[in-house]
Amino acid sequence: MSSDKSTIDTSKPGGGTPAEEVPPATVAAIDPRLLVREQGFKGYITEFQRKLKGGELGSLPVIVGLIIIWTIFQVKDSLFLSSSNMVNISFFLSGTGMIAAGLVFVLLLGEIDLSVASVSGLSSALFAIFATTHGINPWLAALMTLAIGAGIGAVHGFFFAKIGVPAFVVTLAGNLGWNGLMLWLLGSTGSLSIADTGPLHILGQRSFFMNQSIAGAYVLATVGVAALLLGSLVDQTRRRRANVPYRPTSEIVLRTVALAVVAYVAAFVLNKSSGVPNALVIFLVALVICDFVLRRTTFGRKVFAVGGSIEAARRAGISVAAVRISVFAIAGFFSSLGGLFLAAQTYTATLQAGQGNLLMLAIAAAVIGGTSLFGGRGNVWSALLGMLVIQSIQTGLDLLNMNQSIQYMITGAVLLAAVVIDSVARRTQKASGRA
Amino acid sequence: MSATPVLALRGVSKRFGAVQALTDVELEVHAGEVVALVGDNGAGKSTLVKTIAGVHPVDDGVIEWEGKAVSIVRPQDAQHLGVATVYQDLALCDNLDVVGNLFLGRELLRFGSLDEVSMEKRSRELLNTLSIRIPSVRIPIASLSGGQRQVVAIARALIGEPKVVILDEPTAALGVEQTAQVLDLVERLRERGLGVILISHNMADVMAVADTVHVLRLGKNNGSFAVKETTNEQIIAAITGASDNAVTRRQARNAEAAK
Ligand SMILES: Nc1ncnc2c1ncn2[C@@H]1O[C@H](COP(=O)(O)OP(=O)(O)OP(=O)(O)O)[C@@H](O)[C@H]1O
Ligand SMILES: [Mg+2]
Repeated sequence: MSSDKSTIDTSKPGGGTPAEEVPPATVAAIDPRLLVREQGFKGYITEFQRKLKGGELGSLPVIVGLIIIWTIFQVKDSLFLSSSNMVNISFFLSGTGMIAAGLVFVLLLGEIDLSVASVSGLSSALFAIFATTHGINPWLAALMTLAIGAGIGAVHGFFFAKIGVPAFVVTLAGNLGWNGLMLWLLGSTGSLSIADTGPLHILGQRSFFMNQSIAGAYVLATVGVAALLLGSLVDQTRRRRANVPYRPTSEIVLRTVALAVVAYVAAFVLNKSSGVPNALVIFLVALVICDFVLRRTTFGRKVFAVGGSIEAARRAGISVAAVRISVFAIAGFFSSLGGLFLAAQTYTATLQAGQGNLLMLAIAAAVIGGTSLFGGRGNVWSALLGMLVIQSIQTGLDLLNMNQSIQYMITGAVLLAAVVIDSVARRTQKASGRA
Repeated sequence: MSATPVLALRGVSKRFGAVQALTDVELEVHAGEVVALVGDNGAGKSTLVKTIAGVHPVDDGVIEWEGKAVSIVRPQDAQHLGVATVYQDLALCDNLDVVGNLFLGRELLRFGSLDEVSMEKRSRELLNTLSIRIPSVRIPIASLSGGQRQVVAIARALIGEPKVVILDEPTAALGVEQTAQVLDLVERLRERGLGVILISHNMADVMAVADTVHVLRLGKNNGSFAVKETTNEQIIAAITGASDNAVTRRQARNAEAAK
């Protein structure tokens, strides 16, 4: 195995057994004081309780919160859980969710990017100017826009990583500056309308997976469930062969069933109306890719390492500056992509794009979803979970004809609650030795 | 022992603001040699290690690798040459698990993505040879005891193919069994022809495994001794800078009392 060639043979002199043939002495090395999970269903419950006490809340608060929010709105207005409203929520959460996904990378470093909303607004303007004013092919225009977005992020990253300006100051300057550039670009024309073609058609409200075919939603659900099941089984086999601990089959079945229930119920509900919006499909695909990058690649490992300890990462030979610049470029890219999603909601590049509470909502989504503001902990799925909460609140309050002022206050309170949970969880983790 | 040292410091100096941490320090490490670096607290041992490891680039002087002058300005430079370092302050990422920390910066890959299974298997084997009991290699470093972290840091230095291993007080937090294992490990590294720099305040450990002892005092060389021809007292005198020191006075008092 390749691993053996790259490691000093530390077997004791005289022993002479190659590492491969050492019997799994690991059994003996397990500390008897370690709390091992009991077999069966009871085991899951006790482990779950232990994790809660240790402050490892994960996605639990947001799922509980979501259930509460949905119950309240459903009681107030029976249309809330209707199929068409769910299609609405799933469509409108994708744009801001895309921005939040990029922010997750930045939050994992323990930093913040305050420019994401302005960059998304600027991107919608740039796209409109490329595609509408100059008549460039919309696909090319989208590529150019995304490249500029990533470039802007890299510039922020450069000032932060190489010059040493605190990230929040650089991106605060960017927040104002890029908004100014957008206003200047649109100054002569005002709002620009965008044709319903190419990438913007796919991201728009009238575009559904497999053209609203009933099969579409079920295909997606099946692909997701099958991928999880297959991945888990392959992983289990490899681990069993390598003699390292593996997930018991019961746990794999439990997880797969849980995902299957959620996926098929969602598919059924969305199908009663028009199916799965393509914007949501693209958002989900992007999340799968981001999740892979963060958990399965060396780059992702570096992001977590820098978020955990900058000095340890540096001494391990990681170029901290390169990681920082790439992460801010990723945030810029996703802001830009989110900007295209948002522009596609109205097929216009407006002077108001990227203003108002977009920045706060994107940050709130990532934090509400369970990514820590303190760096080193979190995952991209928090962008989806957090946006589900936020979009549900917004849509619910819209249904009840509540004023925007109320929406701001409630969203603010939810963000505060999320940050409080994050801080308390971190304190508990420290107390129980996990932070 | 080969003629050209694998690693040599020639007149290395390093200052931090007003503190001259190292002044014209000389040091040679040959392949298959264990060099102990001793000195009082604040003598500059850790600083010396960090200059070799590329954490703090030297201000003055030359670092030679296999006879050729090299420039080590980043930790990567030292790693590429083949220097593996266990730092006194360990430098581990609290949020990553044991496997993540062990392989940080040189993860094993399989089809371009992280090969968690091989890394986990290798980690368990490595930790077993160091006789450490760790509940699971999948728990975050934050939940380990001080000694367990230290063993993880030591194991980290054995991944990759170093030619020189630097251990900065590797046994400071370890129990008797684990200390013995680390000393065994140092001897195994020497048998394999690696150069080892060992920093320790424990003279018994130093005398047990080292070939040469270098004394640092106030950032300067204060003598270098071949272990076979030296007594404990000579080295302690060099560390404290006088033959009349706290250690000898205490011994004299105890001898008096025993009479
Ligand atoms: N990063 C730094 N910035 C400023 N001064 C430093 C720094 N690192 C070390 N020093 C100074 O350099 C001197 C040598 O420190 P060093 O850590 O090398 O001592 P040491 O020999 O390793 O001591 P110990 O046995 O206590 O570990 C000390 O006076 C210390 O204050
Ligand atoms: Mg030291």
